[in-house]
Amino acid sequence: MSRRTRIALKAAVWVACLAPLALLLYRAWAGGLGANPIDYVTRTLGDWTLRILLASLAMTPLRLLFGLSWPVTLRRLLGLFAFFYVCLHLAVWVVLDHFFDWPQMIADVLKRPYITVGVLAVALLVPLAATSTARMVKRLGATTWRRLHRLVYAVAVLGVLHYLWLAKKGVNDPYWYAGALGLLLGIRLWAWARRLARGRRIPGLSPAMALAPARASGRGPDRGPASSG
Amino acid sequence: MLIRRAPEIKSSGITDHRVYLSRRAFMAGAAALALAPVRRAVAAPASQVPAGQPLKATRNEAFAVEDPPTALESVTTYNNFYEFGVNKGDPARLAHTLRPRPWTVEVDGHVARPRRYDVDELMRLAPLEERVYRLRCVEGWSMVIPWIGYPLAELLKRVQPTGQARFVEFTTLLDPEQFPAQRPSFFGFSSLEWPYAEGLRLDEALHPLTLLTFGLYGQVLPNQNGAPVRVVVPWKYGFKSPKSIVRIRLVSEEPRTAWVKAAPNEYGFYSNVNPAVDHPRWSQATERRIGEFRRRKTLMFNGYADQVAPLYAGMDLRKHF
Repeated sequence: MSRRTRIALKAAVWVACLAPLALLLYRAWAGGLGANPIDYVTRTLGDWTLRILLASLAMTPLRLLFGLSWPVTLRRLLGLFAFFYVCLHLAVWVVLDHFFDWPQMIADVLKRPYITVGVLAVALLVPLAATSTARMVKRLGATTWRRLHRLVYAVAVLGVLHYLWLAKKGVNDPYWYAGALGLLLGIRLWAWARRLARGRRIPGLSPAMALAPARASGRGPDRGPASSG
Repeated sequence: MLIRRAPEIKSSGITDHRVYLSRRAFMAGAAALALAPVRRAVAAPASQVPAGQPLKATRNEAFAVEDPPTALESVTTYNNFYEFGVNKGDPARLAHTLRPRPWTVEVDGHVARPRRYDVDELMRLAPLEERVYRLRCVEGWSMVIPWIGYPLAELLKRVQPTGQARFVEFTTLLDPEQFPAQRPSFFGFSSLEWPYAEGLRLDEALHPLTLLTFGLYGQVLPNQNGAPVRVVVPWKYGFKSPKSIVRIRLVSEEPRTAWVKAAPNEYGFYSNVNPAVDHPRWSQATERRIGEFRRRKTLMFNGYADQVAPLYAGMDLRKHF
């Protein structure tokens, strides 16, 4: 992939990920947020957090299924945008929804399971965002870095649970997110099991060697940090 | 060539709508008006009473709220009316599918004089009053709405409940043609069991606050607010105020209501507004008044404790939530 293509792809991700926020700001300016603007903004930001997070988790499956390596180069950017949206989501909750009513918010975090898992998911995303730079990958070492970034699976599960547990009856969107996440994790599980089986079948090949080609395609000097995906 | 003109639409009807519909709802309204001649030709109801038509009522100052009423636009565009869909904007967007005339309401069960009322007759049964009530949704938001109607007791008195009548059951219209969300969905997901059923204890139903409602903001009930007739029970969460009612039945057993059927651990038969009893998943201590920025404290019985607390004397409201 040429440098130019890569830049174009990243630019496309920037535009796609900032478009929902731009629309939200436009609506705020034009008075189009409806009768309950705070609720609308919170929900919209939460929705886009999950969508972008799931998109970031869809990059590796594209490689596993179709052998495409370029999507993986977008993974970090998507992950950071998911973090960006969840920060806005949380900020709206703290500032606009509860207006710094800390006792009430802390009580809710402790008492309401959907808020507990939501806050936990954000907390787990912080170290991932903080170690997203190439320098941090080097400092931690690829293996440690990769292990740390497996936390994103927990974050995604908690994020979907957060939505499942808060949604009122009849709202089916959380089930779509849960289904998508199940699919994305299922593909990884399937690929992992296959690699394991292949490693066993060929006695001369160690499991590490069997994994090597898959890893190599996800890592390159200019592709950003590799991970177990 | 024969060119036929479409039937004329009264300009008064259009102007009224334009005043309060948001741009988006206005576009939907415009589309509905554009289709109106077609629909009229097909459905041809005898006496159309379109939403937005003025409805005369005497203001009852005994039922006033200090806070200013919620903007009409919010009242008509931010609704929970699951028959149209679970999103707040669905009712306003889809409400044109509901035909509020002709409409009848069956009043039966344990009554000496069961009757089927035409809604226009029902509307004239007692003098219409305007009453400003607080409305508190179980989801944690609230509004202040000037309703038009008369006490449900006026109707119940006329049908004469017998000694066996202990509860009142309300049934909303069941018609997938008019209520799109009542159609079976592709995956068979359904939000609630249809028809929507609600209920009150007889003494709650006879309480002077319980309003049989035909209008709001000086006009006939808009479809998305439960046209042509609904009940408003201001000290209970909003879902206890059933919309588009076709049957009122007096029964001896506690009715199984739609929300109790859907989630008995989350929604009780009483569902009185109570800041001390949380919904299992969220706090009920505060609410956001639509149009306001800061949350406000939720009041016991939604601020109607003086009038209704005696109804529940000696009851454990945590148990009977």
